Amino acid sequence: MVSLLDIIGPVMVGPSSSHTAGACRLGRIARDLVAGTPEQALIELHGSFARTGEGHGTDKAIVGGLLGFRPDDERLRDALVIMEREGLDFRFAKTTLGDEPAVHPNTVRLTVTRQHRQHVMVGASLGAGRIRVSEIDGYPVEVDGSHHAIVLVAEDIRGSIARIAGLLSDDGVNIATLRLSRKHRGGDAFMVIEVDDPTADAVLADIKALPWVRWVHRIEKVGG
Amino acid sequence: MYHALQDAIREAESRGTTLATVALEIEARDQGRPVEEIRDALRRALEVMRGAVDRGLVGDLRSNSGLVGGDAAKLRTAAAGPLADTVFREVLMRALAVQEVNAAMGVIVAAPTAGGAGVLPGVLLGLATRHAVDDDRLVDALATAGLIGAVVAQRASLSGAEGGCQAETGAAAGMAAGAATEMLGGTPTQAGHAVALAQQGTLGLVCDPLGGLVELPCVFRNATGAAIALAAIEMAMAGITFAIPADEVIDTMGEIGRDMDVRYRETAGGGLAQTPTGRRLAKERLTQIKRG
Repeated sequence: MVSLLDIIGPVMVGPSSSHTAGACRLGRIARDLVAGTPEQALIELHGSFARTGEGHGTDKAIVGGLLGFRPDDERLRDALVIMEREGLDFRFAKTTLGDEPAVHPNTVRLTVTRQHRQHVMVGASLGAGRIRVSEIDGYPVEVDGSHHAIVLVAEDIRGSIARIAGLLSDDGVNIATLRLSRKHRGGDAFMVIEVDDPTADAVLADIKALPWVRWVHRIEKVGG
Repeated sequence: MYHALQDAIREAESRGTTLATVALEIEARDQGRPVEEIRDALRRALEVMRGAVDRGLVGDLRSNSGLVGGDAAKLRTAAAGPLADTVFREVLMRALAVQEVNAAMGVIVAAPTAGGAGVLPGVLLGLATRHAVDDDRLVDALATAGLIGAVVAQRASLSGAEGGCQAETGAAAGMAAGAATEMLGGTPTQAGHAVALAQQGTLGLVCDPLGGLVELPCVFRNATGAAIALAAIEMAMAGITFAIPADEVIDTMGEIGRDMDVRYRETAGGGLAQTPTGRRLAKERLTQIKRG
């Protein structure tokens, strides 16, 4: 759903809404997957991101996002300096993830590690600061950052969706969308649940405590 | 949000209201937020636009590479030029100013994108220097511009990497033209013609930034984009119509963008970026950026 405020916005540090603001938002989502600033990150740039990223400040913007900065934070300008000062092991590489139109020209693969937990995310910056995360840990997903979301991997058992939806509704959380994907039948199920309000820590802990849930993370809304 | 500008125009005309009103109503419904909250967000955007104009008109900023900066201030002070004391000059200097701030990694409102961020504040705030327009009407104009941009986003693209500069400064010119036409008293139908007139004038416009930097020609494309918007507003408000509806012009922009060679879509692989001077400047300036 296109919002008027996505078009008249975001308020951001220049120079490019796709290469700077969108890139920053992708970094923020990857940060949320490890629930904090990663100790290590491999930033693989594809297409236009790889070709013109340096001049557009894409490198600074993604690193700024990983550090938790928002697109209108003037510290983005100095993100690479801050990264070095903090001693973070972030590395850049250029890659080819596929052909257009299957792979958007502004795509990045982020491999982030924090406290022995590693996640891999593929996302694209679509223009005007809008983004789409298309893959997390090899599972196809669709996250556009316009909602607060919960992502989780669980054993594919009967009633899992109902149980999680129940925990959320008990806390008064309204579900906007719920998408489930599996690599194969009986394999682990990957869920992306978009919700109207941020999920409370207690609810997240309840979901995490379910014996068949392998991991769960909260992704904060980054757009709109 | 509306997928066709024609639907919004029909709705506004049948109710005797503005595109801004119907856009705000739909946005409020889509987002589950009151209209006043959306207006507040647009009011904040307006303030950031004003700040960027003021910052850019000082004239002391230079981009990362040093390729652009300081030209908006020349328009502010120069006496020469056939349009020196006109609203045209006011618009032009503001469009340049905002884009110079953007190139210097300053704070702007991406509207619809950062690369095309100068056109809308240039046109709206420039016109407001010579026309009695209060903040509420400027906020309405931003809502109308947002509606037009949302239609372009759904039917075509707002990304230079996908559609060339026609999808950035071109879309911005269409947004500014429609929004300003309504702001100055034009009907929703006239605003629609203004969108079509502006967008048709930018069809095929490539994205060819030197070294891939949002600097040259981007800063000047915002100024010329604002000029095209002014031409469209002038024509539409005189009652001139464009035979192809805005939605179809926008569809055409999308089609041309899809057919556009990748060299002309923000990759610096063609156009001005690959002229002998463009290549030389890009090489010199990128080396300078790396040296810090």
